[in-house]
Amino acid sequence: MIDQTKSTTIPLHLTINGHRHELEVEPRVTLLDALRDRLDLTGTKKGCDHGQCGACTVHVDGERVLACLTLAAQVEGRSITTIEGLAGADGTLSAVQAAFLEQDAFQCGYCTPGQIMSAVACIREGHAGSDEEIREYMAGNLCRCGAYPNIVAAVRQAALEVAS
Amino acid sequence: MRDFSYVRADSIEAARKAAALPGAMLLAGGTTLVDLAKCGVAQPETVVDITHLKGLDTISVDATHATLGALAKMSHVADHAGIKSHFPAVSEALWQAASAQLRNMATVGGNLMQRTRCPYFRDPSNFSACNKREPGSGCSAIGGVTRGHAVLGTSRACIAMYPGDLATALVAFDATVHLGQRVLKVDDFFLQPGDTPEREHDIRAGEMITAIEIPGSAAARRSTYLKVRDRQSYEFAAASAAVGLELETDGRTIRDLRVALGGVATKPWRARAVEEALKGKVLDEDAVRKASGLAMEGAVDHGANHYKIELAPRVVARAILKLGETA
Repeated sequence: MIDQTKSTTIPLHLTINGHRHELEVEPRVTLLDALRDRLDLTGTKKGCDHGQCGACTVHVDGERVLACLTLAAQVEGRSITTIEGLAGADGTLSAVQAAFLEQDAFQCGYCTPGQIMSAVACIREGHAGSDEEIREYMAGNLCRCGAYPNIVAAVRQAALEVAS
Repeated sequence: MRDFSYVRADSIEAARKAAALPGAMLLAGGTTLVDLAKCGVAQPETVVDITHLKGLDTISVDATHATLGALAKMSHVADHAGIKSHFPAVSEALWQAASAQLRNMATVGGNLMQRTRCPYFRDPSNFSACNKREPGSGCSAIGGVTRGHAVLGTSRACIAMYPGDLATALVAFDATVHLGQRVLKVDDFFLQPGDTPEREHDIRAGEMITAIEIPGSAAARRSTYLKVRDRQSYEFAAASAAVGLELETDGRTIRDLRVALGGVATKPWRARAVEEALKGKVLDEDAVRKASGLAMEGAVDHGANHYKIELAPRVVARAILKLGETA
């Protein structure tokens, strides 16, 4: 049910992938809906919309979070990175993106942006030291196709490349 | 999700004042509040965002105690070197909770305010009866599917399980929660449902958690959090135990023991009967297994959750024996 009795909007400035965006949103609008519906950044996916699947993973101030449980208003003044912000300006893929391609780490691809954003952070956190650790620290990203073995292989490969 | 008005607090005082108004709720990590607002369970008129407050996210640890600012992220506390060395059970409870993303969002203060995962509580459109949501409306869980419901601390009004991990470790080590004027033991902060299951915490209008303090001890230094669940990761506990152990200088007699259970009770559950039965005794497997059964004193099952009554003592015993093996 939508109750529009309090449809007052608030003005926000969001910094996404280094670009500053101005928008007016209702306070209940999540970062995920703001990205997809207002800013046309549809790489971030909506899966469960309840913080259970990881498809909406983005970075806020360099840390992976779930955009579906983050209010857009909360992250004003923070630095937000989405899947669209990973590749270089010339289109060169990041190490994790390239590793996902090389290891065939997806099937339908819907969870992939979230997997990749999670993997970038997982490696940066130092939680990609073994396959066991990768599985534990990537557990918040579900893949209904079951591409998990290849996802682990991609994260392991990218972690080695980043370290070297 | 119903819309609400948004207030961004710029001081603790402003946050307390705004949150004391009718219909107002504090917003920290948002992992419970935004989720429950989408479920139609939480219907705040005003959301008071405290995530921009400065200085409330510090973590300090020395031999005598740890102080966790209310806004410290679960992930940061889990990875903190001082927490890992002086309070390993706290670190382990945290990194085994939720997912990496949720732990980066959720704060330790907010984590204490986490609501139950009872599926009947979370689903008002299909289940109108829930005494926690609507006092007096009844309990859909009693007589329903109860595999994940509590066996300890239940009442005729509510059998919802407390799902958190951190608080289980906190009650084992006598941690306190700071609410401004009042300081409460975490054990007393959480309430059993009784006839008022809608009231889960001893927190009053205008109060806000500012910090959690954990006293250091030999048992806290030699501690662990064992979490058994339906899948290996990213799942709530079927049964869990936070255990701390201190041995006499003979290396075999138990001087101090702390035991708390998760996944089986309506609140984080300190198992003092187990502790008292083993203090002063020699640590051996038979004694530990026998004493661990005392954790289930007063347990009542509702059919499908009966397994917890068998499982939880095994989890307690395994955790104590594991600590006994470490030098």
